[in-house]
Parts: sequence; C-alpha cells; structure tokens
Amino acid sequence: MAAAATRMSVRDVLGEALAGLVRRPGRAVLTGLGTVLGVGGFVVVLGLTATLSARIDGRFSMLTATEVTVEDVAAQRDPYAPPAFPADAERRIRVLAGVEHAGVHWQVRPSPPVGSDPVGSDPVGSDPVGSDPAAAGPAVVAASPEAVLAMVPRLQQGRLYDDFAERTRQRVVVLGGGAAARLGVTTLSTRPAVRIGGEMFAVAGILGDVARQPENLLAALVPRATAAELWGPPGAGAARMLISTETGAARQVAALAPVALRPDRPEFLRAVPPADPRRLRAGVGADLGVLFLLLAGVCLLVGAAGIANTTLVAVLERAPEIGLRRAVGARGRHIAAQFLAESALLGGLGGLLGMSLGVLAVTGVAVARGWTPVLSPAVLAVAPVVGLVTGLLAGAYPAHRAARVEPAAALRR
Amino acid sequence: MNRWRRGPAPAAATGPDPGPFVMEFRGVGFTYPGPPPVTALGACELTVRRGEFLTVVGPSGSGKSTFLNLAGLLDVPTRGRYLLDGIDTGGLRERERAALRGRRIGFVFQSFHLLPHRSALENVGLALLYTGVPPAERRDRARAALERVGLGHRLHAPPGQLSGGERQRVAVARALVGRPSLLLCDEPTGNLDSASAAAVLSLLDGLHRAGMTVVVITHDPEVAARGGRTVTIRDGRLYERARPA
Ligand SMILES: Nc1ncnc2c1ncn2[C@@H]1O[C@H](COP(=O)(O)OP(=O)(O)O)[C@@H](O)[C@H]1O
Ligand SMILES: [Mg+2]
Repeated sequence: MAAAATRMSVRDVLGEALAGLVRRPGRAVLTGLGTVLGVGGFVVVLGLTATLSARIDGRFSMLTATEVTVEDVAAQRDPYAPPAFPADAERRIRVLAGVEHAGVHWQVRPSPPVGSDPVGSDPVGSDPVGSDPAAAGPAVVAASPEAVLAMVPRLQQGRLYDDFAERTRQRVVVLGGGAAARLGVTTLSTRPAVRIGGEMFAVAGILGDVARQPENLLAALVPRATAAELWGPPGAGAARMLISTETGAARQVAALAPVALRPDRPEFLRAVPPADPRRLRAGVGADLGVLFLLLAGVCLLVGAAGIANTTLVAVLERAPEIGLRRAVGARGRHIAAQFLAESALLGGLGGLLGMSLGVLAVTGVAVARGWTPVLSPAVLAVAPVVGLVTGLLAGAYPAHRAARVEPAAALRR
Repeated sequence: MNRWRRGPAPAAATGPDPGPFVMEFRGVGFTYPGPPPVTALGACELTVRRGEFLTVVGPSGSGKSTFLNLAGLLDVPTRGRYLLDGIDTGGLRERERAALRGRRIGFVFQSFHLLPHRSALENVGLALLYTGVPPAERRDRARAALERVGLGHRLHAPPGQLSGGERQRVAVARALVGRPSLLLCDEPTGNLDSASAAAVLSLLDGLHRAGMTVVVITHDPEVAARGGRTVTIRDGRLYERARPA
C-alpha cells in the first residue's frame, strides 16, 4: 500500500450533499416538485379513503346492522294490485326467528292539516300555511304500535299507544319532539289534544328521540287502523314495514320476509337488508383509490424522472467539481455516494413536504365536510421513505455516470 | 525552515525512505488512444529533487497539460515508469492512486476550480475531506492555510466575491493545506492581470523557500525567466538547457 486509502464518513457524505442542495434552493425545490406531488397524492388518497371508511364504519352501527325494511312493490308488478301488506302482516312476520319488533307504517297523503287550536276554530291551525311543503304542518304517519317500537323511541313525556288503542281505533297521537314544539304542546299535564283533519286526537306521548327513521321526530304518529278508517288505505307503494332484529339475524329475516308475508305473491314485496360494511368500504376504495393512486404513481414517476434528469445535467455541469474532488483524493465511489445522497435527500425532503401538504389537504377536506380526519401512522412513516427511495432510484444512474467522469478531462475545462 | 517538507518521516508510518527525488520520469510517454492516436508526450527522462522549484515552459499544444496529468496521477503513462516519493506508481490500483493524489500532491489550476457556492474556508477544507481529517481540524488547518496566503480576512467569502488574484490564492491555500510532497501548478497566472500574477508567483516563491517542492507549468516565457530550473517542452519532448549551480 503506497498510502492510507482515502475515505469519506457518512456525516461528510450527507454534509456535502446537503451543501449541494441548500446553496441552490430554487433548483432543489423545482427538482423535488414531482416527488412532493407524488407523495402528497398518495397521502391524500390514502387519507381520504381511510377517513371515508371510518365514516362508514361509524354510521354502520349495531343499529343499522339489525334493521330490515320491507317495501311494497306490488304496483310495479301489477298496476291494479291492492296494497301488498296483509292485515295480519305483523303476526306473520313475528313467526320468523330473530325478529324483535315489526310493524307497518306509511305517511298519510294528502296530509291532513294538524292544529292545536281549541275545538271549533279553523282546523288548519294558527300557523299561516305557505306554499313551502316543509312549512305546512307536521306530517301524519300511520304506524302500528310495533312499528313505533322498532324505531327505538325514547319518550320525553307520556306513553306510546298500544295494541288495544290500535284494535279499537282510538283517536290518540304520539307527537315527535319537533312536531310538538311546532304545535306548542309543551306539557301533557293539561291533557292536550290536537286537531288532525276534522278529528280531535288525544296526545298520548311526546318523543324525545328515535334511533331509527329520525324524520318521525317532525311527525304526528297515529295508530295504523285509526288512520285507515279515517283516511283510507295507504297509496300505492307508500306502506313499509320496519323490522328490528336480533344481532346477526337481519340478513336471514330479509331473505324470508316476502314469503312469510305473502306466500302467494312474494314478488310484491322487497326486503332491504342492511348493507355489508366490507363491501361499502371496498367500494370507496375502488372508486377513489385506484384512479388517484394511479395519478399519484404517475406523479411519483414524473418526480423520479425530474430528479434523474436534473441530477444527470448537474453531473455534466459539475464535471470540473468532480475532477477537482478526484484531484484531492476522492475515489469514484465517493463521488457516486455524494450524488446519490443528494438525490436521496432531495427525494426524502420532497416526500416530507408532500406528506405535510397531503395531511393538510386531508384535514382541510375533512374539516370542511365535518368529518373526522383519519390517517394511519404507517402512511405518515412510509411517505418520506417513499420519497427517499424514489430519489435513490432516480439518482442511481447519474451517480454511476458521475463516478466515471475522467478527472483529467474534467479539469481541462 | 523545513515546514513544508515531508522530510525523513518515521519508518513505520511511510515505509521505505522516500529518497532525494520527489518526481522521477523514467522514459515516461503518453499516447491519447484516438482515433487517430496522438502521442502527446514522448519518452521523457526527468527528475525533480525535494525542495526544488521547476518551471516547465512550452507553447500551446506542446504537451504541458499532459505532463501535469501524468505527474499528478490523473492519467496513467502508456509507457515508462513514474516514481513519486520513490514509490513506483506503475501497476497501482485506482484507490491507491487516489490516496497518493490526495495526500502527496497539491494542484493549482489556471481556472482555479473553486466551488462557486462555498466559502473560501470550505473550499480550502475540501482538500482534507477525503483524507480522514476530522471536521474541526479541517476548519482550523484551512484557516491557517488562508492566513498563510494573506486571506485571513476573507475566510467566509464565496469565490464570486473575490478578485482573480484572491481566488488563485485560495486555490494555493487549498493545494498546500494537505502538506503535500509536490505542488503542481498548471498555468497558475494564465487568467490573472500582471499585478495579481506577480503576487501569486511570489507566494509560490515563498513556499519554495520554506521547503516546498514546486512545479510550475506555463506557456509564458516571462514566468519562466524568473530564474530557477527551467525545462522546455516542445512537441511532447523535454529539453533542459543549463542547470543552476
Ligand atoms: N483527449 C485528447 N485526445 C487526443 N488528443 C489530445 C487530447 N488532449 C490533448 N491532446 C493533444 O495532445 C497534445 C498536447 O496537449 P496538451 O497536453 O493539452 O498541450 P498544452 O497543455 O501544452 O497546450 C496536443 O496536440 C493535443 O491536441
Ligand atoms: Mg494546457
């Protein structure tokens, strides 16, 4: 050995690479832009997908997993068919295993006017009725006692009507909390009544909340039989059956319900089982993910090409520097390490910046929509590494070229 | 005043005694492969003693840069043997040639070759980057070298803020900071006005008087006329006239 071999510490490699970048910040930013966009794109796609999935998971609670709706589609099959639900629908469905509550309900149309005025005054009520249907009094919903139970109601005051009220077609009403407030019914201690159509209905209870079908908080619920007697059967397709089931039974109940209800014409009814949460999430992933991940991949590729190109140009441009470094003892591998470190650092910093922008974007979208932003820590940890690896790969060929620059020729310039 | 001389170092560290010669060209020649092949340097015989100041003068295209590249181990002779500090450089691998370059030779170029975005201090320290000197010591030695060339007040200036003469003095500081056996200067005054050129040449004179072996390559007969040993190069051949006593 003629002399101790020259060497370069990792610290010096990084120091030289960093010095090469920070002395030309403008160029570094432009070179790294592709990586910034690529990594940022990945973070945005993965972040939004995770956020939406979490949202679906949240909405897909135990409650929706135990809910089955049966719709009357008889009119679609046969325009002259009568309403599909039989009179003893609830008795028939209760035979099925796993059913907790099941009841038929429909909105009465045309909606009878609802008022809280004393007997003898204008039945439309004191509120001036505008053309806006939302402003026109509470909706009147015919619902069997079992249907009300299936909604998982929480009473604010009073009680629900029962089977006896249904059978005897009593004039009783349960008001949704919103409807009660609109009608000015605040207490049941005065035994208030409301006028629906031409009839007075005693207010049995006021609902504080319902877990299912929250639109009923704005409605006046009356027994099904009472409604049928006063305003006739439901319109074509208006009636539905709401079924609450035990955990895990919903799909089975949904499969059997049409036959149990109408063994003669099961096709007149359509049961809607709860959605499969896995399929929902996969759907979100497929819709958003594939396209945008592809886009982000293209960005990353463009970013890599950008780094490769700029680094290659820099190698040619900096040939005298390379020559000089060789003259002061650098070996080809030291030169290669420096250029590789420069492009890796550029890629890594680009990845870091892209990740930050991606997180900002995901948070911004989520906050604007009132969602909870969800980003897995793995994505955050991997993002800068993706940038780093992109930089390494992009810098490999330029670094190889840099190591092979002939010092004598380079110094001649 | 042997500050810049390698001198007889401890045998354990450097192996065999380097002897009286820094450079020995024994029939060294170089042919650019072409096509067509160009023999830029014929079979040359030349020895340079430790502490000598040698000027190699010749017209453009005579082979001066080729000579410097061979002497500086940037190119490998296509014929003959070259001994540096008594070490036969024939058959050395690239990593060994890089080590010899980095530790025993200091270069000064016509176009300075300073890194544009780095301070004078960093440019000088670069010469120690690959020789395993720790960063703090690199800085201290770079500062000392810059003070030695009269630029102690311009440590943090980038080359863009320095005059041509100052830039070349930074380059000289970079060449000597590694305490080389041999200072190789290729047209060191080629890009300078006469005042700056005179300053750089007197700086090299001072280094020589302090014991440094200096080889200056120039096409300028005025530089050569400053005295000392002069070798003329023409069409790739070396001619030596008189040897000073
Ligand atoms: N890379 C090369 N390939 C072929 N010929 C070259 C090359 N470099 C220099 N030469 C030739 O070698 C000769 C000496 O060149 P050079 O050493 O650069 O001379 P000087 O430095 O004295 O001007 C010239 O004829 C030149 O054309
Ligand atoms: Mg030349």
